[in-house]
Amino acid sequence: MMADYEVGQKVKICSHWPPSPPTHCRTPHYIRGCLGTIERYCGDFENPEELAFGRKNGRKLALYRVRFLQKDVWKGYEGNLNDRIEIEIYETWLEKV
Amino acid sequence: MSDSQNHGHMHPYDPDHQHPLQPDHDDTMTYYKLMESAVRHLLIDKKLITAEQIRKKVEEMDSRTPVNGAKIVARAWIDEEYKRRLIANPKEAIGELGHDIGPLNLIVLENTKKVHNVVVCTLCSCYPRWILGLPPDWYKSREYRSRVVARPRSVLEEFGTVIASEREVRVHDSTADMRYLVLPMRPSGTEKMKEDELAGLVGRDAMIGVVEVSLS
Repeated sequence: MMADYEVGQKVKICSHWPPSPPTHCRTPHYIRGCLGTIERYCGDFENPEELAFGRKNGRKLALYRVRFLQKDVWKGYEGNLNDRIEIEIYETWLEKV
Repeated sequence: MSDSQNHGHMHPYDPDHQHPLQPDHDDTMTYYKLMESAVRHLLIDKKLITAEQIRKKVEEMDSRTPVNGAKIVARAWIDEEYKRRLIANPKEAIGELGHDIGPLNLIVLENTKKVHNVVVCTLCSCYPRWILGLPPDWYKSREYRSRVVARPRSVLEEFGTVIASEREVRVHDSTADMRYLVLPMRPSGTEKMKEDELAGLVGRDAMIGVVEVSLS
């Protein structure tokens, strides 16, 4: 699969909740709905939301690292305004801004 | 000393004297322990795997220690070209030192005068076990996982690490297929030290990013 996002591109993390039955979701709750920037493309990997239940459909997802400014993630963040948090996010959880 | 519970002294044999019992770690059969045992026995009975193979794997896992990571850091400190390769292609660079990082997708995070990196896995306990061995208990604790993402500077202070306010703190949440190794800054005063002496300074916690490497 071709990478749809470029380094430096602004993205928004989906704020939807995984469908039921529950999945093995790798997008932490605290980052859903946040705006970030693509830090790098990590490669294509099988979807852990499927893998955890032994479902292998062969389809791979692009995985990115996304960086966020801490002040944009946590209200009243205590540190330097440039402090960051960087998280791996699968393409299915990204939205273009 | 008269307190019979205080064992800083010798006391005569007394059959009625009871030492407080230490509970065994494995005295409770839990759902997952039972499942592990059942699956293991099934695999062995069906001759898909042998008990010896399992034992060997456990031994191999337990033999991995942060010493491996420390050697990688020390090499990067003394060899600028190696450091460049380590950051660009960790798997290959670590292979040069004779370590196989297996299926691990590793990212090396370099600490500088401007940036301090710290690693967490908020969702579970992802950790570069292939080079650092098993993660410490605190790394897996809910307290560390939930707090270091939101208040990294306070949590680092609890580890005795004060990051100057003008230095940027980057938290890396290891949520998916990548694993992380922090490349700490080489402390000053180590200019004349040899590679193996330098490796002796580098501990596990510095490679997770909760402390910096110091000479003391």
